[in-house]
Amino acid sequence: MSAQRVKLDREAEVRAALASVVDPELDESVTELGFVTAVECSAEGEVRIGFRLPTYWCAANFAFLMADDMRRAVQVLPWVTAVKVQLHEHMYAEAINQGVEQGAGFEASFGAAAEGDLEALRRTFLLKAFQRRQAALLEHLLEAGTVAGDLVGLDVAGLRRFELDAEGERLATRYLERRAVVDAGDNSLAFVDTEGRAIAAENLPAHLRELQRVCVNAEFNGVLCRGLLAVRYGESEPQPQPIRIVRRPQAAGAH
Amino acid sequence: MFTTSSGEEIFVIDGHIHNWDGSKANQKNMHGEQFINCFYGYHTFLQPKEKQWTREKFDCYGAEQLYRDLFVDGYDDMAIFQPTYLKEFYINGFNTTEQNAVLKARYPNRFIVNGAFDPRDEEAGLAALEELAATHQLKGVKLYTAEWKGASRGYKLTDPWAEKYLERCEKLGIRNIHVHKGPTILPLDRDAFDVADIDHAATNFQGLNFIVEHCGLPRLDDFCWIATQETNVYGGLAVVLPFIRNKPKYFAHVISQLLMWLGPDKLLYGSDYGIWTPDWLIEDLMAFELPEDIAKETGAVLDLEAKKKILGLNAARLYGIDIAAQKRLLAKERVAVAA
Repeated sequence: MSAQRVKLDREAEVRAALASVVDPELDESVTELGFVTAVECSAEGEVRIGFRLPTYWCAANFAFLMADDMRRAVQVLPWVTAVKVQLHEHMYAEAINQGVEQGAGFEASFGAAAEGDLEALRRTFLLKAFQRRQAALLEHLLEAGTVAGDLVGLDVAGLRRFELDAEGERLATRYLERRAVVDAGDNSLAFVDTEGRAIAAENLPAHLRELQRVCVNAEFNGVLCRGLLAVRYGESEPQPQPIRIVRRPQAAGAH
Repeated sequence: MFTTSSGEEIFVIDGHIHNWDGSKANQKNMHGEQFINCFYGYHTFLQPKEKQWTREKFDCYGAEQLYRDLFVDGYDDMAIFQPTYLKEFYINGFNTTEQNAVLKARYPNRFIVNGAFDPRDEEAGLAALEELAATHQLKGVKLYTAEWKGASRGYKLTDPWAEKYLERCEKLGIRNIHVHKGPTILPLDRDAFDVADIDHAATNFQGLNFIVEHCGLPRLDDFCWIATQETNVYGGLAVVLPFIRNKPKYFAHVISQLLMWLGPDKLLYGSDYGIWTPDWLIEDLMAFELPEDIAKETGAVLDLEAKKKILGLNAARLYGIDIAAQKRLLAKERVAVAA
């Protein structure tokens, strides 16, 4: 294999790894959002990743999380010897780039100004992602004709066995990636609330309305971020996923 | 004033306007430059192409342009100045109560001038607030909980000093607390969009109204949740409304959520002028109908009654404006100008 071919393959591998990194707030891939601007791999296994955000002011804590997640996602590739992630045109670009390179935590990088608990923030947004992914899957299943009573009683193993179309498979995989965010103890039900509690069939409409609040917000943010990114860099907007309406299911027993 | 096709006149109070100086000459540092850049990004993203301004005009548009855009070319009848001091970024501040008061003196029936405070100024700031309230007969303040101040990167309304200031507001008759919970002003690790402090403050200060500017974007979901539980929490639609033209579907989703969780009595129109102009915003809102599927899913209703509340009735209630009397005053003013 030529050196050039190896380089291209490696870059593709890096991009694939980066696709798994999400903007915590939007729960969308940093590559799909157009944040990643450059991937370079040297013959020695060094990787340089360039990225940017919609504004100079985007929250430093989220920027740090994304940069650190990118480093971690790429570092596990077997041929990688070093990873350099560089955020550009951001108020805290320097502090973030240095902090991530040195493997320092957010608080270490920002000193006294960083009082917040980044792990708590990460968890808050993992929970929101759990809610969004659950909403998308529930909506899909209800639309396909599954009844509320069957859904709320389904356990995780049951969901894995559940007969699904291609879109349903995709949504279920995405949801199950986040199912463990909620500690449900011995409760192995597939669909639980953020406290790990079962959902009564008659409460499913109210449950979905709450989830919808989270979905609409995140999708609205996505539009805002894409729009600002596009005007900042004079490009056409990356196209968003179509917004999903969470339908109000029929009350249990109405089928 | 917006007149419907059936001839009904709708009184419009713009809950969120600025008269800023973002010019190079006023910028103190890189942050000042990037701050106005970011505003211009919002402008170019959502202001209709044919109505977009040049960068030069956007940096500092001035009083006459403002008056024309709001009250002559736009449909605003009155407007509320929300100050944004940002003295760490701009030499004379970005947009201060004192500067706004100059315009109010020229057009006393058009403007409401809000003040500002920063609880990190502690005792000295309380005295300054008293003075500001007396000079400008303040009925409202605008707070930036994420604003920098020395080593501090923000505060919460639940901080002990913030509570002292809120107590003082109650005493001074400053009943409307507008809190910026939205994008653009940098948050570091303190999550500046977090609306949880509003929840506590609203419970503890029942005599005050908390108007959450930009509806807590990008934490709209959390905002809806707390606002539902508090009777004295309102949503300011600045930044939300401009999506109506380019992204009507998203706007429909958001406004339906707000209507479902908060209801039409709790929402206030605001243009966020000069980022956007009231002409098209109001034309679009008046013409807007919720798509049937969204209305059906959420049960939200955005009819003429709801629009009248959002555009003026709610702000009139919060600021004690007698709309009929105000209409007469403004009509007299027009006659005087014509003569």
